[in-house]
Amino acid sequence: MGRYSKQYSSIYPVIIVMLVIVMLVSMRYGAVDLSLDEMYSGMQHMFVPADQTPLAERIFMEIRLPRAILCAIVGAGLAVGGALMQALFRNPIVEPGLVGTSSGAAFGASLYFVIGAAFKYNGGEWTLPLAACAGGIISTALVFVLSQSKHDGKSSIVGLLLTGIAINALFLSGVGFLAYTARDSQARSITFWTLGTLSGANWHSVLIVGISTLLCIAVALRYTKHLNALMIGEEEAQYMGINIRKLKLRILLVNVVMVAISTSFTGVIGFVGLIVPHFLRMLKGSDNRFLIIGSALMGALVLSVADIAARMLLRPAELPLGVVTSIIGVPVFIILLRKKNYYF
Amino acid sequence: MLSAKNITYSIGKKVLLDNVSVDFLPGKINMIIGPNGAGKSTLVKVLCNQIRPEKGVVTFGGKNLQDFSDQDLGQIRSVLSQNLELSFPLKVWEVVMMGRYPHYSIKPGSKDERACEEAMRFFDVYAMADRNYMTLSGGEKQRVHFARVLAQIWYAAENGCRYLIMDEPLTFLDIHYQFQFMHQLVKLLETNDILVVGVLHDLNLTAKFSDQITLINEGKILASGNRKDVLNKENIKTAYRLDPIIVEDTLKNSFYLFFE
Repeated sequence: MGRYSKQYSSIYPVIIVMLVIVMLVSMRYGAVDLSLDEMYSGMQHMFVPADQTPLAERIFMEIRLPRAILCAIVGAGLAVGGALMQALFRNPIVEPGLVGTSSGAAFGASLYFVIGAAFKYNGGEWTLPLAACAGGIISTALVFVLSQSKHDGKSSIVGLLLTGIAINALFLSGVGFLAYTARDSQARSITFWTLGTLSGANWHSVLIVGISTLLCIAVALRYTKHLNALMIGEEEAQYMGINIRKLKLRILLVNVVMVAISTSFTGVIGFVGLIVPHFLRMLKGSDNRFLIIGSALMGALVLSVADIAARMLLRPAELPLGVVTSIIGVPVFIILLRKKNYYF
Repeated sequence: MLSAKNITYSIGKKVLLDNVSVDFLPGKINMIIGPNGAGKSTLVKVLCNQIRPEKGVVTFGGKNLQDFSDQDLGQIRSVLSQNLELSFPLKVWEVVMMGRYPHYSIKPGSKDERACEEAMRFFDVYAMADRNYMTLSGGEKQRVHFARVLAQIWYAAENGCRYLIMDEPLTFLDIHYQFQFMHQLVKLLETNDILVVGVLHDLNLTAKFSDQITLINEGKILASGNRKDVLNKENIKTAYRLDPIIVEDTLKNSFYLFFE
C-alpha cells in the first residue's frame, strides 16, 4: 500500500495551503481594496440584513466571497474535465473545449439570451444552465458521431480533433450570428460568454455550479481505475474486465454536464483543463486515482491566480478571464505540441 | 478447456476464417502458427471476444464466451496483445497493478500487491518497479507486460482453469529473453490449471516448446497436433512456399528446421 499512497499525498497539502492564500488575496484586492478586518466582520455579520452593514462588508459578502468560491469550483471542474478527456482519448493534449463542449454550451446560452424570453414556460434560474448543457451535449455528440470512421466505428484522435475544430467554428459562428442579430443588451451578454468572466458570480451560481461540479467529480472518482486501464488501450482495458462502451458514455456525460454548467455561468474559459492535468502528470505521474483529485485542487488554484491577474492588470477595469487563461495557455499548449514524446 | 467450434468470419467477400474448429488443453502450450494473412490474429481476436464470428461458438470450460461478463472473464483470462502503446508517464509497478483491476474495486489489497511483486520477480522486472515505463526499451516494456498479464491470473481460479492468450509475445525480445520467457512459461504450466494459447512466428521455438501446434493457412486449419504431425515437409511447403530441411534427433529430443 505504501507505494500507492505516497506519490501524491505530499502535494495535496501544499496546493490546499496555496489555494487558501490565493483566495484570501483574491478577495482582498480588486477595484476597492478591503482590509482583513472588514472581511472578518463581514463573515460575522453574515445573517444581518445587507442594508444594515457597511459598504465594504457588503462588497465582501455579495461580490468577493461568492466570486472567489465560484472561481475555485469552476477551475476545479474544468481541470477535472480535462483530466477525464485526456484519459478517455489516451492523449495528453486533449481538453474539453477541443471536442466542442464549451462552444456548444456558449451557443446554447446565447440562444437562451436572444430567444429565451419568448418562451412562456421555463425552468427559472435553471433555464440558462439547462440551455448551455443541452448545447454542450449536442455539440459534443456531433463531434463524436461525425468523427467515427465508417470502417470500424472507432474515433481516431486526429479525426476527433479536426472534427472538433470544424464543429467549434460552426457553433462559434452561430454565437456570432446571434450576437449580430441581438439587441444591445443581449449582445453584451453574449460577448461575456465567448470571453469568459466571473463578474456575474453570486450565491445562486455558487450553489448550482458547486453542487453539479462536486457531484460530477464524485462520480468521476468511481471510474479512476477504469480510466487507468484505458491508458494501455481500449482492447486491453476490455481484457482487464472493463465494459468500454458504458465507460465512455458515462465519462463523456460527466464531463459534458460539468463543463457545460460551469460554462453557462462563466463563459468559455480555455486551457485550464489542458494545462493543469498535464503539469501534475509531469510532477507526480499519471495514476488517475490521484490525478483527478490533484487536478481539482490545482485547477482551483490556477484559475484563482488567473482571476487575480484579470482584475489587477488593468485596475480598476477588468480583463475577461478567458483572455488571461488563453494568454498563458496558448504558449504552454504549443510547447507541449512541440515536445517529442507526444504523438497523435 | 478452451474450444472454438465451426468459426467463420469474413470481411466483405474475403473469408478470413473458414469453419475453423480447434480445442486447446490446460497444462499445455498451444501455439498457433501460419504465414502472414493466414488468419492467426483473427482467430485470437475471436477467442478474446474482440470480434464476433458470423458462425460458430467459443467456449471457456464449457461455458459460451458470450455468457461471460467482461469482469468475470477478466478474472480468469488475460490477454497479451501486439504493439502496446502507452503515452502517459507511469511507473512500472503501476502498469503491472493494472493486471489486478478485475480483482479489486477501489483499492488494491495486500493479495493484489503480492501478486504483482511475485509476477514481476517471475519475469525478472522487479528491479525496475519504480522506473518510468516510457523510458524502458522495447524488450523491457514487453517483459513488464508479461508481468502484468501474469499478475492478472496469478492465483488459481475458484473453479476451472486460468487462460493466457498471447499474440506474438516474443517480438522485441533478444534471444536470451525469448528462451527465458518460454522456459518460464513451461514452469508456469507445472500447476496444470493454466491454459496457454499463443501465436508465434519462429518455427524452431514453436517446435521446441509447444505441446500442441495448430497450423493455419488461408483461413483454414491445415494441420493440428504435435510437431512431427504438423511441421512436416508437405505442410510447410503448402503454407510458407519454402522447402525446409528437417533435422531430428530423437535421442536428444531435438527438432530443427532450416531453410535455404
